Amino acid sequence: MVAIEQTVLQFHPSSASLSAKVHPVVIFNICDCYVRRPDQAERVIGTLLGSISPDGTVDIRNSFAVPHNESSDQVALDIDYHHNMLLSHQKVNPKEVIVGWYSTGFGVSAGSALFHEFYSREVSNPVHLTVDTGFNNGEATVKAFVSVNLSLGDRQIAAQFQEIPLDLRMIEAGRVGFDILKTTMVDKLPNDLEGMEASMERLLALIDDVSKYVDDVVERRVAPDNSIGRFISDTIASVPKISPPAFDKLVNDSLQDHLLLLYLSSITRTQLSLAEKLNTAAQIL
Amino acid sequence: MANPMARSFLQVAATEEVASPLRVVQIEGLVILKIIKHCKEFSPALVTGQLLGLDVGSVLEVTNCFPFPIREEDEEIEADGANYQLEMMRCLREVNVDNNTVGWYQSTLLGSFQTVELIETFMNYQENIRRCVCIIYDPSRSNQGVLALKALKLSDSFMDLYRNNNFTGEKLREKNLSWVDIFEEIPIKVSNSALISAFMTELEADTPVTQCDYDRLQLSTNPYMERNVEFLIECMDDLSMEQQKFQFYYRNLSRQQAQQQAWIQKRRAENMARKAAGEEPLPEEDPSNPIFKPAPEPSRLDSFLITNQIANYCNQINGFGASEFSALSFCSSSLRLQFEISAFLTQAKHAIDFIIETMKSDNTASGRKMWQDVSDRVQGRKSLEVIGEFSSIRLLGQKLKLFRRGLLA
Repeated sequence: MVAIEQTVLQFHPSSASLSAKVHPVVIFNICDCYVRRPDQAERVIGTLLGSISPDGTVDIRNSFAVPHNESSDQVALDIDYHHNMLLSHQKVNPKEVIVGWYSTGFGVSAGSALFHEFYSREVSNPVHLTVDTGFNNGEATVKAFVSVNLSLGDRQIAAQFQEIPLDLRMIEAGRVGFDILKTTMVDKLPNDLEGMEASMERLLALIDDVSKYVDDVVERRVAPDNSIGRFISDTIASVPKISPPAFDKLVNDSLQDHLLLLYLSSITRTQLSLAEKLNTAAQIL
Repeated sequence: MANPMARSFLQVAATEEVASPLRVVQIEGLVILKIIKHCKEFSPALVTGQLLGLDVGSVLEVTNCFPFPIREEDEEIEADGANYQLEMMRCLREVNVDNNTVGWYQSTLLGSFQTVELIETFMNYQENIRRCVCIIYDPSRSNQGVLALKALKLSDSFMDLYRNNNFTGEKLREKNLSWVDIFEEIPIKVSNSALISAFMTELEADTPVTQCDYDRLQLSTNPYMERNVEFLIECMDDLSMEQQKFQFYYRNLSRQQAQQQAWIQKRRAENMARKAAGEEPLPEEDPSNPIFKPAPEPSRLDSFLITNQIANYCNQINGFGASEFSALSFCSSSLRLQFEISAFLTQAKHAIDFIIETMKSDNTASGRKMWQDVSDRVQGRKSLEVIGEFSSIRLLGQKLKLFRRGLLA
């Protein structure tokens, strides 16, 4: 009687909580490389740089494209180029190491496995990022995968690409202002006052929303939600309890300081024009 | 018959191209993000990098950039730096990035970038590239919510003067050049490819308020203003030192002139005496006498640069102070109203507690029934309604409307 061997397909799940964070620079870089790709290439391949934090989160901060060749039966990657660019990048920022690679296109294709193998020789457990520039689902899909080995008994059969959670941190992009990054042409960068005006308008819109909600609840148009109500009262109560005269004094002092600074800077400018006249108008008789 | 309108190839090649003046710098969103990333990573150290792009008519397009490594003051690293640049440009060309240098970018601290080194770098670049631009990014100012990006170029008249290294008062008056004319600021336009704008529209977070709003509406901006004013004070000290140098020079000059006059008078008197005695008159000039040696006029370049810096600080204080002022006055009026609301809510809470106490202690049947009813509602999911029953939330809504009107005022 033949002993029944283990015929269960096993796969070793990836280390506990592997997740990836992508900075907006990387997305911009990838899209730019895709737009500039050579005519015969269908997709762009490149290296991802960043850092790996001790709890397993991969922080992807930079990227560069690598020329490659892909045909139905073979794939080729310019390894020298990859090493040269890596060295150059590390001269600027030695803390950025390879964390994986990216390719444009939807999902994972057959050639990707070979690229992934190459990259797993450079770094253990590389992250594969796919950026769907073709908008296959009618929406932008950015996905991150890691490769997991499928083994049957002792033999390794295949590698499976498993998706890992991806955090697209748009904080830096938010700092620059989405309006600047969304449209194809912005004519003028906003200065201090224009930016402040825009922010105040957004704040006003938020306050309008909240008061509309409260009105609706009171008029019984909307079912009241306990948690929202408590949140609103918490927010309003979060103002520190200062007596009105002390608060007035605080605010007035601050306003006066600002006015003083504005006055000082205007006086300095007057002084500058005077000094300049004195310096250049003096003549030797 | 030759077409009179067509010019021969020779004619076309012979006419010189007139360079149209640079009106606008068009930067891609990618470049902005890369510059921000690089400058922020190394802040407060100052870093530089190269800009790549295309020069088209009156628009200078910047399509990509790469950072320079931080340079040590070492001779052998100099060659390394040049190698790095060549290597990067070669690699980028293989992926079809524009291989054309159009300038460089650098980060600055609170706007103190007007130095002689900047001018020298400009002159170096200008020798090889017809039109180049320098982009200055200020990470500390960008933390206040403004995208502090500036494109600068040296004005042509200043460049001529600098080449001759001649900064005397005479020459400056001739050319009508003042400290404002050294740097020309060029307006920046931002462009994005259609693909990336589609991506950004999709990936934009759903929150109605973004990080830049949080940065702008922050009230604790004193450290930034303080540093600005500190730098301003230092610059004023420098400026007054420069002015003292000028005063010293003029005083020396007038003293020298007086000495010269006195000496010439003495010579004339001598000559008269000699003529009377029939001897040869002595020359009226004596180049070997030290009082005839002209003192060198101090260069005004430094004072111009310092003046530029001071003007920059003043502008920053003005712009920032004005927006801070409006935020502060808005906050003060809204906070006053908020105080009233929270005071009101605590009062309302006391009122509710009192009513509940009286209801609890009311032992009549109707009292107990009312208490049961109210406690059901309180323990149920209708706390907002309960408060509404006592019509205090209605008043809350009214207060919010008032405070919104206070904002628009």
